[in-house]
Amino acid sequence: MEQTTNQLQVQFQKRVDEEQKIEPRDWMPEKYRQTLIRQISQHAHSEIIGMLPEGNWITRAPSLRRKAILLAKVQDEAGHGLYLYSAAETLGISRDEMYEQLHSGKAKYSSIFNYPTLSWADMGAIGWLVDGAAILNQIPLCRTSFGPYARAMVRVCKEESFHQRQGFECLLQLSKGSEVQRQMCQDAINRWWWPSLMMFGPKDDESPNSKLSMQWKIKRFTNDELRQKFVDMIAEQIKVLGMVLPDPDLKWNEQTKHYDYGEINWEEFKQVIQGNGPCNKERLEARKKAWADGAWVRDAATAYAAKKDIQKAKANSLNKETQQS
Amino acid sequence: MLQQSIKSFIQQDQQIQYLLHLADNALILSHRNSQWCGHGPILEQDIALTNIALDQLGQARNLYQYAALLITEKTGISTTEDQLAYLRDVGEFKNCLLAELPNGDWGQTVLRNFLMGSYQFFLYQELQQLASGQLKAIADKSIKEITYHVRWSADWVVRLGDGTTESHARMVQALELLWSYTGEMLEPCDYEQGLIGTQSSYIKAAWEAKIAAVLAEGNLVHPTNDWMQSGGKKGLHTEHLGYLLAEMQFLQRAYPGLEW
Ligand SMILES: [Fe+2]
Ligand SMILES: [Fe+2]
Repeated sequence: MEQTTNQLQVQFQKRVDEEQKIEPRDWMPEKYRQTLIRQISQHAHSEIIGMLPEGNWITRAPSLRRKAILLAKVQDEAGHGLYLYSAAETLGISRDEMYEQLHSGKAKYSSIFNYPTLSWADMGAIGWLVDGAAILNQIPLCRTSFGPYARAMVRVCKEESFHQRQGFECLLQLSKGSEVQRQMCQDAINRWWWPSLMMFGPKDDESPNSKLSMQWKIKRFTNDELRQKFVDMIAEQIKVLGMVLPDPDLKWNEQTKHYDYGEINWEEFKQVIQGNGPCNKERLEARKKAWADGAWVRDAATAYAAKKDIQKAKANSLNKETQQS
Repeated sequence: MLQQSIKSFIQQDQQIQYLLHLADNALILSHRNSQWCGHGPILEQDIALTNIALDQLGQARNLYQYAALLITEKTGISTTEDQLAYLRDVGEFKNCLLAELPNGDWGQTVLRNFLMGSYQFFLYQELQQLASGQLKAIADKSIKEITYHVRWSADWVVRLGDGTTESHARMVQALELLWSYTGEMLEPCDYEQGLIGTQSSYIKAAWEAKIAAVLAEGNLVHPTNDWMQSGGKKGLHTEHLGYLLAEMQFLQRAYPGLEW
């Protein structure tokens, strides 16, 4: 007997509640599928766009060791993009379609990557703050209800925590360096701090997608909960650097056992999402250019593979004929 | 700038010159390949080329570290890999011209990697036999990586050469552009004579056979022009290297003597 959608939905929620993983072939509510496609592809795009601001400094890294670390890091981000695109593809969307959505501006990516990398210290600040914020967002995703997404995140998280440590170590070196290096370090922290806080998304009372995502266990903590965790973590770590966070309202609250922090500039957040960040156009143009410039390469690869297939098929049938005769 | 006493020492020591030559080839090629990171035509290939750039950077570092160690031992002046990479000017770099040319399109990039990687493959194979100690160890490690670089780039040369009309035309053009820079790799200069001089004609023949085979498989006509550009090995470079170094060495030059 055909099960009604209602029954399926109840069963689905029951499985989610029991912490069973939902797999691509399982029945799922259409909205669940769409939410995941949106979230995973956005996440994949963020990894790929995220290669650009750091990629900027590969050719200018100040030592061969730092260059190797940075190059490997940016390559890791490409790998993250790859796992995530693959996870999204299990939901019935192709990578080309996702690219198309990115290039047309329909799909979003993390706004943080629309800020410029102006000095070497930005490589440290991004690793420490941006990868640091990403980890807090992503650790709960290792247990997210959709199996392929959860499994991709396990691999990603391992590498992200490595990136954060490397970023911190890069800043630590600067903080112990010359006056110029310490200034560089503080300046980078000043510029990346607020945008990092924005990475956790709008406040809970203004976050439209949160409630359902929590119910489906795609999300497990609210934006504000994660943001608070991040502030608490960074407010402690910065002491080791001997630097300060650019927030006069930041202070320990004995009662809540958390750090209080100042009001985020939500107008800036909105503007950057709408495309008015300092590098929105450049980032998207760089991706579109790479895609357009690569078209002839992809065409040639396809044409060549097709030729080889035909040759193989011919050889096979020839083989059969000779065997039969 | 590199200390004058180290500079003079390098000018007199052919072993160091040779190590720097090998290291510079690897570093400059890595630099060019790393410029693709984030801009490749296919995500998997972006990752693959970055991998190659990382291998080459690792090779360069091994060689610079070894050279720095020898310089330190022989002169008593403590020298580092970074000083060798970041504080020498254009005229002191000893890489082949082929390594420093701009990337061009994807076809030109994979072709350069194929032409140069194949040379490195036969060279390092010889070094495994002829070198000893640290250099042999570096050759042993590098040859595994280079074997993969050659396979990857040869596959792309064939795929693009025998792909579409456009890709074929682009490969013909790339081949025409790069060909006159290949001769320099195969003509040993003074500091190469000592170690691999006796094997240079073997390396040349092996390289030519490999190139001919892959070009044929990719439907590409073997170039006939045999006028070859040269000079890189002795510090006489194209205009491109100055810009490359200005970018690469910027921080070390702007803020001398700091730890990063
Ligand atoms: Fe990542
Ligand atoms: Fe990361």
